[in-house]
Amino acid sequence: MKDKDQELLLEKLVVINVGVSGFADSLEQQEVEVIQVDWSPPAGGDEEMIDLLEKLL
Amino acid sequence: MDIKQKIEKANKETVGRLTSGDPVLVDIAPAGEVIPGLEGMMITHSGPPIEWGRMCGAQQGAIIGMVLYEGWAANPDEARAMLEKDKIRLEPNHHHDAVGPMAGTISPTAPVWVVENRAFGNRAFCRQVEGRQQFGEFNEDALDGLRQWRDVWAPTLREALQKMGGLELNPIIIQALQMGDELHNRHSASSSIFANKMAIAISEADIPKERALPTLYYLVGHNLIFLGLAMACGKAITDPASGIEYSTVVTAMARNGTEFGIRVSGLGNEWYTAQAPVVDGLYLPGYSAGDAGLDMGDSAIAETVGWGAFSLGGAPGILTLVGGTPEDALEHTREMRKITTSTHPTYRMPALGFAGTSVGIDIRKVVQTNINPIIDTAIAHKDPGYPIIGAGLVRAPIDCFKGALIAFGQKYNN
Repeated sequence: MKDKDQELLLEKLVVINVGVSGFADSLEQQEVEVIQVDWSPPAGGDEEMIDLLEKLL
Repeated sequence: MDIKQKIEKANKETVGRLTSGDPVLVDIAPAGEVIPGLEGMMITHSGPPIEWGRMCGAQQGAIIGMVLYEGWAANPDEARAMLEKDKIRLEPNHHHDAVGPMAGTISPTAPVWVVENRAFGNRAFCRQVEGRQQFGEFNEDALDGLRQWRDVWAPTLREALQKMGGLELNPIIIQALQMGDELHNRHSASSSIFANKMAIAISEADIPKERALPTLYYLVGHNLIFLGLAMACGKAITDPASGIEYSTVVTAMARNGTEFGIRVSGLGNEWYTAQAPVVDGLYLPGYSAGDAGLDMGDSAIAETVGWGAFSLGGAPGILTLVGGTPEDALEHTREMRKITTSTHPTYRMPALGFAGTSVGIDIRKVVQTNINPIIDTAIAHKDPGYPIIGAGLVRAPIDCFKGALIAFGQKYNN
């Protein structure tokens, strides 16, 4: 397992970043290939709204 | 049917009404003659209900201006004293089938655009658009613009319009959207088309030269003249879409410079409000963000029907006024599709492959995605007594939509 981890670090990194784009930006600045997936929690994580939306949407 | 199916059915009906509006300009008449319930010493204003003491500086300035214009007070101090003693009735335009840009003030002798939605038979009204009194300026020069409108421009246009027998507005709207207008703050095409049509009508109506010429100069020099018409169209289109049980579609967004309010079809005439937001904008020389009041005006009725910032991607010319890049504008327009119910079958934008404008803001989608409706808007000063100071972009506050969703759940999910 340890060898596999080391192998991964030696290969060219391709990263998929989900959510906060700041992580993707900093990797791009280091010339790492990044695919940004825009995502945020439903209703900004507001539980009252999430409960309502489950019933209405 | 379960509640989700009832909502889908209701929203389909609401959007069907929003997309089948057929607005026609039928008159330009003194407000007191045509606006239901506007009588006596009364002024209507933009946004949700608000009393004099809580009004922002610009709206107070505009109200003082209307009191002076009507001759109810001899000077600003006298006007202020009357307002503080509740001698003047103040009510929202939206409660009287009307809308008004910025402070939105309408008083009985001020002529208004009268637009009839021929598909449903209802009428809506909007005041004159100008850059001074409606922003809170109330000196004699600012009020002269209102007097010229009352005494010369509006009666002349009315006479010409009567000779024409009314003017269908959908053809102008459709053409203007294809010529780079977004019908909120960019009306270069719509105003030109309207001026062309009215110029011919004025010529054919045998109006004396001393009234015809100044009116023609006013028409051709006013590149936002169609905003008042577009707003009346928006109100005429949205009113028949109100009051549909189970519908989660927004039927009004309006601001009074203190609060931002929305109305939702299935929740009738109730307002759901939050503090008016700060506009992110560009300023005219001599002004800066520190001078700005908060978001104000009924003109977000444009975005409510899918124009304005919802159609920003099709109107890159407006960016010199409100800021941003063409790429941002396209992204804003695409983003609004995520919170709306449908696209318009005939209001189309060439820059987006002739896609229809997004229509039918769904409060559920706004809350779920946390994407707040975007609006392009002018900016007024925080204090009374100033003309327009800038323009920019603003987002409707999420708390309006959350409040409406809670109320919707209480009404229908029991």
